[in-house]
Amino acid sequence: MEKRIYTPESNIQRPWIMLRDMLADMRRGQDLALRLTIRDIKALYRQSFLGLLWAFIIPIANTLTWIFLNSSGIVSVETTALPYPVYVFTGTMIWAIFMESMQAPLTKTTQNKSVLAKVNFPREAIIMSAVYESVFNACIKGLILIVAVIALGYAGGWSMLLFPVALLAIILAGTTIGLMLTPIGTLYADISKAIPLIMQFLMFTAPVVFTIPAEGKAAWVIRHNPLTPLVSTARDWLTGGAPEFLNGFWLVTAIFAVVFLLVLIAYRLAMPILIERMNA
Amino acid sequence: MSAETLIRVDNVGKKFCRDLKTGLWYGVRDLVSEFTGSANSGKQHLRPKEFWAVDDISFELKRGECLGLIGRNGAGKSTLLKMLNGLIKPDKGRIEMNGRIGALIELGAGFNPILTGRENIYNNGSVLGLKKKEIDGLLEEIIDFSEIGSFIDTPVQFYSSGMKVRLGFSVAVHMKPDVLILDEVLAVGDSGFKMKSFNKINEIMREAAVIFVSHSMPHIATITNQVLLMEAGKSAYQGDDVALGIDKYFSHFSGTDPKIEFNGLAQIKHFAIIPSHRYAQEKEEHPLIDYREDIEVDIHLSIDRSVADFHIKLQITDKDLKIVGIYDSFQFQEAVSNDREEHKLRITLPQSIFIDGEYAVSVFIQNRNVDTKRMNILGLYRYWQKFKMRASKGLGVVPAVVYLPGTISNHSLAEISETPTKTLKTL
Repeated sequence: MEKRIYTPESNIQRPWIMLRDMLADMRRGQDLALRLTIRDIKALYRQSFLGLLWAFIIPIANTLTWIFLNSSGIVSVETTALPYPVYVFTGTMIWAIFMESMQAPLTKTTQNKSVLAKVNFPREAIIMSAVYESVFNACIKGLILIVAVIALGYAGGWSMLLFPVALLAIILAGTTIGLMLTPIGTLYADISKAIPLIMQFLMFTAPVVFTIPAEGKAAWVIRHNPLTPLVSTARDWLTGGAPEFLNGFWLVTAIFAVVFLLVLIAYRLAMPILIERMNA
Repeated sequence: MSAETLIRVDNVGKKFCRDLKTGLWYGVRDLVSEFTGSANSGKQHLRPKEFWAVDDISFELKRGECLGLIGRNGAGKSTLLKMLNGLIKPDKGRIEMNGRIGALIELGAGFNPILTGRENIYNNGSVLGLKKKEIDGLLEEIIDFSEIGSFIDTPVQFYSSGMKVRLGFSVAVHMKPDVLILDEVLAVGDSGFKMKSFNKINEIMREAAVIFVSHSMPHIATITNQVLLMEAGKSAYQGDDVALGIDKYFSHFSGTDPKIEFNGLAQIKHFAIIPSHRYAQEKEEHPLIDYREDIEVDIHLSIDRSVADFHIKLQITDKDLKIVGIYDSFQFQEAVSNDREEHKLRITLPQSIFIDGEYAVSVFIQNRNVDTKRMNILGLYRYWQKFKMRASKGLGVVPAVVYLPGTISNHSLAEISETPTKTLKTL
């Protein structure tokens, strides 16, 4: 029979037992995570007339905005290898995937507050379901992108096969950052208020709608933004450009993978404390 | 199999913070110490604005036992349950739980309003750790028990609160838990479902340890075999004398303090309930009445001269503030005419058959308006005097108001005797 012991001691003092429990919980939580994901995706589109179309509308609207800004000369962007509309469209789509996966952990945790506070189940299921949902969203957007670049004649050939890898790396990065913010974010609403601000800054310092200038302060910042290699490599693989930041891409992905494991542990440790303070 | 200990709680305590902002900040600090593993230091003492919501609670529960957790609102019951269920960590002490834990901390937790009842059963089931196949097998039973019927494919947002309760309870009890934790969940269901639920809990109890939180003492009295009374986080009574625990719980209420609500036209000068003979010598706070003895009340009154005559009504309430009996002189006699300065009256209520417990008597002095046929209150002395019943010969607290007297006669032996079946003799 399963035996559980609860004491005030932090589980981090017995790291191996904790890791073992965590893996066991992830296995136990798989089924639940899948259900939660299906539930949320269904719920998302059930009370919406346009349904899945929203996944397309927002990036297309964004693209149109930037095309308008660029063509009217309000914002001028240096010429790119790709026509600017294609550049912006791919950029905003990829960025949207990142954003969604970043917001997912905090949103999911807040959304399931009341269940978390009242029912004991593998907490990892929440994170897993956040990842599943990000993957689902990325699949839709990725498909749109592939169809779009083929239709527009900018398909990248064989390198397109690597495009899903880049998307996974972006989801990993997004989830990690989101998960990192979750513990504090559930306590203080300041985090969720600050996220859009930080995101705007990150977007303008990554090659999403702007290209990387040849030199200057901006160039330095953009080159050192950890998201730059991810976004730019994803776009290069999709459209067949030579990936400029390939080494950076693998390095950043590896770092995010390690950090992801750490924040996953942190999340597990933090949960009882958060539930205690959550007013669910 | 029946004797294994499923729950073991040792000196458990939990701190809470009174102030939200400070609490959040402590939360951040707790997070840091949790990550660094230095959580032990300083956990035992209180930081500013903190208090012990649960303090030094210990108990053990075996399979087949049912613990009633009682106490006033905010006594720490739910916090204790949350720790038992592993939702929050204790700040001191140790908790050991064995087996599958089914907990209903709040009904309908985890119901997604826009999904149907059926979809929610699957969701809830997997939250409780069941595989889809297991749920498939239980589905029919769950739906049957919940009496949801054809609404099972309706989104839960259109359910009445009673329906949600029924579905939630049904899901929880069908998961074959070893430990079942029920937090004040049956308050919402209708009486038919309540009955069914109690039977179900009794059934589960044979194979599980049950912790049951309720403010309904009759429920506690019927299903639990031990109680833990919590008061401001601490254990105020703990043991298998359920009746005593319930008694202590009620004694915490100050709601029955005597109070003069109105005495403009009638004043009580003296009021006393006469204890039964055999208890006359006992020094108790309240007079003791024996089963089937008369309740005798001495009451001295002075009534305003403007009042011609009056009636007296005695209203007897139990500890639950439930009115269990009313005596109204109007029903039995003419009004007492107000012909003297002070009335010295004795009221006799013959043969009290109330169950054991403490009762309060409220006194209404009123006179009847002949035109409107209504009673005007001249004086109202609420919960003016208490008395205690010593009634049963060891039945303890029963979910009833009175013990009905009765006898059994055996006809198979004495067919010759012409004793009527309805014999009535004093015990």
